[in-house]
Amino acid sequence: MSEVVIKVESLSKQYRLGLVGTGTLVHDINIWWHKIRGKENPNLKIDATKGESNDLIWALKDINFEVKRGEVLGIIGKNGAGKSTLLKILSKVTQPATGSIKIKGRIASLLEVGTGFHPELTGRENVFLNGAIMGMTKAEIARKFDEIVDFSGVEKYIDTPVKRYSSGMYVRLAFAVAAHLEPEILIVDEVLAVGDAEFQKKCLGKMKDVSGQGRTVLFVSHNMGVISAICTKAIWLEKGIIKMNGPTEKVITTYLDPEEKQFTRTIKNEMRVRGNKAVEFFECTILNLSEAKKNFFVIGEDIRLDFLVESKTTEDVGFWLIIRDREGKPILCSHQKDYTKQNISPGRYVVSYQTNGISLLPGNYFVTAGVLNYSYTNFFEWVENCQSFEVLPAFKNGNKYDGRLGVVMQAANWEVVKHD
Amino acid sequence: MVEKEKNEWTDIIRANTNWFDFHLDQLWSFRDLLFLFVRRDFVSVYKQTILGPLWFFIQPVLTSLTFTFIFSGLAKISTDGLPAILFYMAGITLWTYFADCLNKTSSTFIANAGIFGKVYFPRLIMPLSVLISNLIKLGIQVLIFISIWIYFLSSSDKIHPQWQFMWFLPILVFMMAGLGLGFGVLISSLTTKYRDLTFLVGFGVQLLMYGSSVIIPISSIKTEKIKMLMLLNPLTSIIETFKYIFLGNGFLSWHYLLYSMTFMVVLLFISIIVFNKVEKSFMDTV
Repeated sequence: MSEVVIKVESLSKQYRLGLVGTGTLVHDINIWWHKIRGKENPNLKIDATKGESNDLIWALKDINFEVKRGEVLGIIGKNGAGKSTLLKILSKVTQPATGSIKIKGRIASLLEVGTGFHPELTGRENVFLNGAIMGMTKAEIARKFDEIVDFSGVEKYIDTPVKRYSSGMYVRLAFAVAAHLEPEILIVDEVLAVGDAEFQKKCLGKMKDVSGQGRTVLFVSHNMGVISAICTKAIWLEKGIIKMNGPTEKVITTYLDPEEKQFTRTIKNEMRVRGNKAVEFFECTILNLSEAKKNFFVIGEDIRLDFLVESKTTEDVGFWLIIRDREGKPILCSHQKDYTKQNISPGRYVVSYQTNGISLLPGNYFVTAGVLNYSYTNFFEWVENCQSFEVLPAFKNGNKYDGRLGVVMQAANWEVVKHD
Repeated sequence: MVEKEKNEWTDIIRANTNWFDFHLDQLWSFRDLLFLFVRRDFVSVYKQTILGPLWFFIQPVLTSLTFTFIFSGLAKISTDGLPAILFYMAGITLWTYFADCLNKTSSTFIANAGIFGKVYFPRLIMPLSVLISNLIKLGIQVLIFISIWIYFLSSSDKIHPQWQFMWFLPILVFMMAGLGLGFGVLISSLTTKYRDLTFLVGFGVQLLMYGSSVIIPISSIKTEKIKMLMLLNPLTSIIETFKYIFLGNGFLSWHYLLYSMTFMVVLLFISIIVFNKVEKSFMDTV
């Protein structure tokens, strides 16, 4: 059977908030004094009652997981969930506070490509320097040199100092070196965000190659599409804790849609992205136009969303709504301001949004909604993922979806007139 | 069975690591990187200057001329009856090597935070590459010194080279390198969190120069206490030995050299332990 190549056991990491100054010196002396007396570092106790009061933050808290050979593990989570900290510890850039990681095989990390590139040196010199920083020997680099240059597509400029390169060329050369490392375990953090579309395709291909050769990849990204395309397993981190660990599709679905199949959802604080709560959202209900609660529709079926809100303001407002696809890309938006000026006084309301002939093609969709003052200068509320629905692969007339391209269908008139 | 399980893992990252684990095997496997860094330092220094590598020659000559003018010309400090320029040159050749090594290695962590934050390689590679690239500079300075020395050797009868001790020169360089590395690495480790010490480094290096017979020959110091203090400085005996071998003044004392050597070994040992401890987590505090 495939063996375990990375074993993470009760791994934790903490950071101190605030500035380094005299205060931290007193703190350090305190820790040191505990150490001398053979006691445990008082700041390292995972103790909920005391731990929250001081200025330390747990970036990772008691993480346990295993990665098997040949697996492509996606790591997902919001900003600040601890993804990058985990990768930093894995690539030995920083040390964990508690716990251990056991590794089998050579690790290479692409936390950022082009590390150690020196602007005054030529492309050729930098390939050698960068390769050596990443752990290759000179002989290894020399053997792969032609391949690297070929992959990067900068043959012509290889003997020019890299400070004369365009930023695209620079990144391509840097990634080319990294792509030819041939480690047993590859750690990638969002590097795919660089370069033009063609180059990104090349990179994705390279990562697929790497995993195809039975090597292990750890991949951090916010692009659920890419994660679901190349990862076999996924880990969802939230506030330093593993929220879910399992097959990619399952983790991504739960991540994007944590409360599956709830027609009326309560708005929780973690859904709120911004807003001063002058108007607050409490619930979001999904229905069809005949007011039956449901969250799956066929192509062309109209959708209704009801929001229960409470206002504390008398300012004129405008409600708005975005529908995103599973990768988080906004597909369409609707702003009440375009149609009407909404007066509001303190009290509770039901805000109802009804589509009018939009036709989303099959897939999963997620609702983001909010409200601004009428002049669009002040966010009162903004909630992400407050509702989700699926469009099934069938048309209103019962015909099966024929695989046509696009994201939305638009009602239009086609006319053919004979031309003489 | 338990034994086998242990050997399976190629690497284990832990919260607590052994104080005395120097990772010498890792250093060796990254030796190519060491020389690529040396090359980078050397090549990038003189790029886009008109005089290029000539600057390696001009710098020490200018320093010696300044010293000759100020200390010998204006302050009338004794040079033991030797030509002033030769005397100062002999002092600053090795001294500059030490000072350069110390200055550059003492900012290892802060200056390389960007690169250290991205990838892991044995951090000690960085200060070691500084020692080696400065060695090239030292070589050039020794060449200048020797050409001036040959000129005075043929024109003055006050110079008495001790040919029988010439073999000892590489050991002097080695000791200077060790001391520079030791001090530099220690300072670098101590300044990742609290930067206060960095303000003292420049001042300290200067003070150390006055206290190590680079400018003032030890023979001209009459106060026993100050003389003792200068001899406690591990650099003094190294510089005096260098002067003794080439010029015949100064002194060679195996006792003091042994003291310097011991000082260097202990310093290196302590500073590398501290450096290894700090490199694990300095990214959080730098």
